[in-house]
Amino acid sequence: MSTHADTTIDLAEARDVSSPAPRPDGSRLRVESATIGYDRRIISEGLSVSIPDESFTVIVGPNACGKSTLLRGLSRLLKPSAGQVLLDGAAIQSYRTKEVARRVGLLPQTSIAPDGITVADLVARGRYPYQGFIRLWTEADERAVARAMDQTAVTDLSGRLVDELSGGQRQRVWVAMALAQHTSILLLDEPTTFLDIAHQIELMELFTDLHHVGHTLVAVLHDLNHAARYATHLIAMKDGAVVAEGPPSEIVTAELVDEVFGLRALVVPDPVAGTPQVVPLGRDRGGEGVRRDR
Amino acid sequence: MDFGRRVLVLRRWRIAVRLEWRSVIVCGALAVAVACMAVLALMTGSYQLSPGQVVSALVGGETGLVHDIVVEWRLPRVVAALVFGAALGVSGAVFQSMLRNPLADPGIIGFSQGSYTGALIVILVINGSYVQLIGGALLGGMATAIAVYVLAYRRGVQGFRLIIVGIGVSAMLDSLNTWLILKADLEQAIAAAAWGAGSLNGVSWDQVAIGGVCIAVLLLLAAMSSRPMRQMELGDDTAVSQGVRVSPARLGMVVVGVALTAVVTAASGPIAFISLVAPQIGRRLVRTAGITLAPTALVGALLCLAADYLAQHVAPTPLPVGIITVMLGGGYLGYLLFTEARRRL
Repeated sequence: MSTHADTTIDLAEARDVSSPAPRPDGSRLRVESATIGYDRRIISEGLSVSIPDESFTVIVGPNACGKSTLLRGLSRLLKPSAGQVLLDGAAIQSYRTKEVARRVGLLPQTSIAPDGITVADLVARGRYPYQGFIRLWTEADERAVARAMDQTAVTDLSGRLVDELSGGQRQRVWVAMALAQHTSILLLDEPTTFLDIAHQIELMELFTDLHHVGHTLVAVLHDLNHAARYATHLIAMKDGAVVAEGPPSEIVTAELVDEVFGLRALVVPDPVAGTPQVVPLGRDRGGEGVRRDR
Repeated sequence: MDFGRRVLVLRRWRIAVRLEWRSVIVCGALAVAVACMAVLALMTGSYQLSPGQVVSALVGGETGLVHDIVVEWRLPRVVAALVFGAALGVSGAVFQSMLRNPLADPGIIGFSQGSYTGALIVILVINGSYVQLIGGALLGGMATAIAVYVLAYRRGVQGFRLIIVGIGVSAMLDSLNTWLILKADLEQAIAAAAWGAGSLNGVSWDQVAIGGVCIAVLLLLAAMSSRPMRQMELGDDTAVSQGVRVSPARLGMVVVGVALTAVVTAASGPIAFISLVAPQIGRRLVRTAGITLAPTALVGALLCLAADYLAQHVAPTPLPVGIITVMLGGGYLGYLLFTEARRRL
C-alpha cells in the first residue's frame, strides 16, 4: 500500500512510488526476442522493442501488422510464448499483477461503462490497484481522482452519467480513469479511432501535455500524420516485425511509407509543425505532385 | 468531489470507504422492512400472537407454548426464508454481473435444475443425508455449469450465447428430473415432487444451521470478490490492466454463485426467480452502477419471506413458496425476454 505523506500529487511522486531506480539503458519497458500471438496463431516472432523512457512512442503499421498485439504484450494482456517482456529489469509476468498496475496503465480499445455510472465514479475505479478490502477511498485516492479529472478537463462533468456524454468527452473520461491509476507509463490502444477530427486533435494534444509532465506514452495509431506530428519516437511495423524506428523527422520517408503500407506518397513538411506529412499520391498520379488534368 | 450523488466518506482507523447516502438509506429501510416482515411471519399462524409476544420470545423472555411456537416452530422457517432469499439474490447478482446480462440467472441457465438433479439422485438413488444432499446439489450445479460453459465455448464465452445454451440445458435437465421422479417409488416420488416445487415446509433447525453456515461463508466470499467483480464489469482488458486476476476471479465467482444456489436447492428445492429479480430491484432502488450485494441480499430476503408468507397464510390452501415466486417472477421474465430479444434483433 502506498502512502502519500505530502499533500500534492505530481509525477515526481508517481515516479517515487512506481519506479525505484532509473534504468541505465533508458528503457523501463522492453520486449526481448518475444514470440507473441493468439492461441496457435503467431503474430510476431523474435520481436525486440525498447520503449525509450519519457518518450511519446507511437506504433504504426497496416492492419494486422501486429501493432496492437505488441501493445497487448507490453501490457501483459498477452503472455509471450517465447522470450519476455521486461518491466524495470524483470519479467512483467514475475510481478504481482497489482504491482504492474501501479507502474503501467492501459487505455484499451474497448471498455464498457456500466449502466448508470457517473464520471467521478468511473474515474475512481482506476484506483483499484491501490485499494484494499477496507481501504477504498483514502485521501490519496481522492487527490489522484481529482487531479486526473482536472488534467483531462472532465471535472465539470464529474456528476454526469457517462452514458449521456459525447464520444469525445467519454474518451477523456476513460483517459482520466487510466490517469487515476497513477502510472508513469501509459499504453493507449487506438485511442482516437472512433472520434471526429476535432476530438482526435484535442485528445492528441492532451497526450502531448501528459508527455510534457513526464509520462511515458505508448500509443497505437492509424493516422500516420498524427503519429508523425505528435510522436517523439516512431515504431513502424509490418508483418509482425519492426521495419524502422526513431524520431519521425528522421525515419518518415516516401520509401518507408511505400515499404510499410504499400502506398505511394509524397512526404512534405507539415506547414504548421514542420514534422513530416504524408500526402498519398493515389492512382494514376505520378511523382510530380497532384495533377488534376485527367 | 461531485459524484452526482451525495456521498458519505468514512476515514478512521484503517478504514477508508465511500458510501452513497442513497444506498445507506435504502439498505436501512430494507433492513427495517425485513425485520417487520419477519415479526409478522412469526405472529401469524393457527395460533395468533402479538408483536410484543414475538419480540419477547425472541429475546428469551417467554417460556412454554409461546416460546415453542416462536422459537421452535416458526423461527427456523423464517430464518430459512431470510438466509435462502439473500443467498439466491446474491447468486443471481454474481451471474448477472459476470455475464453483463439481466437474464443471467442460475434458474434460467440451468444451474438450479442441475443442482436439483444432483439432489434428486442423492435422494432417490442413495437415500442420503442432508449433508450428502448439499454435496449432490453442489456437484450437479457445478457439472451443469461446466457443461453449459463447454457447450457455449467458441473462442471464449460470450454472454448471450451462454444464456441460450443454458436455457436449452435447463429444459433437458427439467425432463431428466421428471423422468427421475417417474422412475422412483411412489412414496419417494411424492416427497421429491413436493420438495421440487420449492418449499420451506418442514425445514428444521439442523438444516437451517448447516445451510446458514455454508451461506454465511459464501456471502463473505462474494463480498470479498465484489471489488474485482466491479472492475470486470468494465471489460476484461481494463480489469487486467488495473491488476485484477481475471481468470481466477471468474472461476471463484462461478463456484460461489453455483454453491449459493446449490445449498438453497438442497434444503428447500428450487425457489425460482428470486435470483433473477432481486439484483434488478436492488439496483433500481439504490440507483448505483454495477453489482450491489447488500441491497440485493436484503431484497432477496424480503422477497423470499414475503412469498413464503403469501404461500402459507394468504393462499386459500398452503402452497410451496416456489409456486408464489414462479407466479411473481414469470411475468418479469417474459418482460426481460421480450426487451432482450428486441434489443438483439
